[in-house]
Amino acid sequence: MKRARAEVLNARRFGVYHSITVVAPEVAQRARPGQFVSIGMPQGRSFIFRRQFSIHEASRRGGWAGTLEFVFDRHGPGTSWLAGVRVHEFLDVIGPLGTAFAYPAKLNACLLVSEGHASAPMYFLAQELRARGKRVDMIVGAETHEHVFKPIEGKRLSQTFSIVTADGSLGERGSVLDALPGMLETTGAEVVYAAAPRPTLRAIAEMCLEREIPSQIAIEDEMPCGTGLCYTCAIPVIRKDGGGYDNLRACAEGPVFNPARILWDRWIGDAPGSAPTPPEGYAKVRTWPG
Amino acid sequence: MTTSALGQTIAVDLNGLVFSHPVLAASGCLSTGRDVPSVVDVHRLAGVVTRSITVAPSRGSVVPRAAETASGLLSHVGLQNPGVDEFLAKDLPRLVRAKVPVIASIAGTRLDEYVRLTTALDRRPGIVALEVYVSTSDEEFAGEPFHASPERLNEIVGAVARMSRLPVFVKLPPMLPELVETARVCIRAGASGLTLIDAVPGLAVDADRLQSRLAAPIGGLSGPAIKPIALAAVYQVAHVMPRVPIMGVGGVSTAADAVEFLLAGAWAVQVGTAMLVNPSAPVEIAQGIASYLKEKGISSPADLRGRLRVRGEPAGDAAS
Repeated sequence: MKRARAEVLNARRFGVYHSITVVAPEVAQRARPGQFVSIGMPQGRSFIFRRQFSIHEASRRGGWAGTLEFVFDRHGPGTSWLAGVRVHEFLDVIGPLGTAFAYPAKLNACLLVSEGHASAPMYFLAQELRARGKRVDMIVGAETHEHVFKPIEGKRLSQTFSIVTADGSLGERGSVLDALPGMLETTGAEVVYAAAPRPTLRAIAEMCLEREIPSQIAIEDEMPCGTGLCYTCAIPVIRKDGGGYDNLRACAEGPVFNPARILWDRWIGDAPGSAPTPPEGYAKVRTWPG
Repeated sequence: MTTSALGQTIAVDLNGLVFSHPVLAASGCLSTGRDVPSVVDVHRLAGVVTRSITVAPSRGSVVPRAAETASGLLSHVGLQNPGVDEFLAKDLPRLVRAKVPVIASIAGTRLDEYVRLTTALDRRPGIVALEVYVSTSDEEFAGEPFHASPERLNEIVGAVARMSRLPVFVKLPPMLPELVETARVCIRAGASGLTLIDAVPGLAVDADRLQSRLAAPIGGLSGPAIKPIALAAVYQVAHVMPRVPIMGVGGVSTAADAVEFLLAGAWAVQVGTAMLVNPSAPVEIAQGIASYLKEKGISSPADLRGRLRVRGEPAGDAAS
């Protein structure tokens, strides 16, 4: 992890999303899909947490070498401030942070599922998987056509590209969960990667578990620091041997997790404090079939 | 960095406990020493107060644990820590290798736990002092926090101070009916100094969902929002106990903040929330203090102590 005072090279809009490209060679050089960058907010304002964003693109070669791009939508004071940042201004960037998606060694067909701005890291992942000779199919979901992130890019990167919008303004009407069973069938997916809001991730994880398809998810959580210091972004994760669980930090031990090891009821259930531990203990979860 | 780049000594002496400069990392913002991110220059800190250590490992509280509030961080981590045995085996050696003085923060729910922790941590190379966290609930006393009862505080602090050869600091919250009296109880029981203040109780509400933003639901508020509360606590206690070392903590984000604490009567400061958002904050603050002293022609941070004049009172009364 490196900290840089990084110059903004480009600040663009894609539909409802904002995208910022910064010059941060030391960060870009090391970045892998699934990892994120942490952006410091200006001093003296009332919003103090650092803001964390998945890496959408990290360029190591060509005219854009040493740059990296992240994407966000305005939903609070921090992202509103960022949306006003202009080219040639400087940002306090720490990265790359967190764990990255693991690439399958033997399995081939990869299905990438994402919703809203969480699609941003999936294009980075798709590029890396294709560079390793893997088959890539994608499902991208959003509220409306304006919320579908870079549909042309998605089409270019995947064998089959399925768009679903809640209002039917682009692609099929519905959610990624409606499209997932069919796509698993038609693409012969052997591995699923997902990035989406938590309830969607949970449903995707359950569908994959039923069909015994290994999956990895990148979770989003509010992280005050992003660097593992504050211990607030905890996720209850079953230990490898099945003997109990630990509260792991989404920013340091995550954000990529094997969803079969997450105690969903304890994490996002209605009464997480009272989620019982099964008397027979937790299931031992097979490690990622790398 | 005993001597700053400006050729000035900014070391501080807390009645025998000497730090190279007056800025430490507060408890809870640098874990217990494990996987400290490389963006933190640990060896340039005057000292590290660990996340509070308990006898048994603790998973901490249910999520969500944090919320951003106006100029503040509201959090309830629930003392997540690896427990004293693993701290000694794995975490402490890393801090020792980083050559940073360690102040071990200890937390218990019974008297015997504080005793066990003190015995385990005393005489361990690298640990220069203990900080006793007394905001946990007292299992032997109806679950009230230890700081709520002067008798219990006297027992706990007395036991730790008697068992330890190290300087003992007690961390107190500001919301006490008799803060100065409580501070006096700690010192009479054998504490060498005080850490003021612990996080301020707070509640954050999500009106859209009609629910609290933390699962706890009440958390500890930290960050710039609590600085005036912390300054008042330091000032009140320092005023009546000028010879007792106080580490000021609560919303220190800049060198100017740190100087305010020193003027109010603190002997050193701890930086917590500011470090989470700016990992090099403590080092920048120490450098800023050196510049301030040079600019004002003041020879050491200790000379700031007690220099706070009360507005409207004639000059020269407060400083002596």
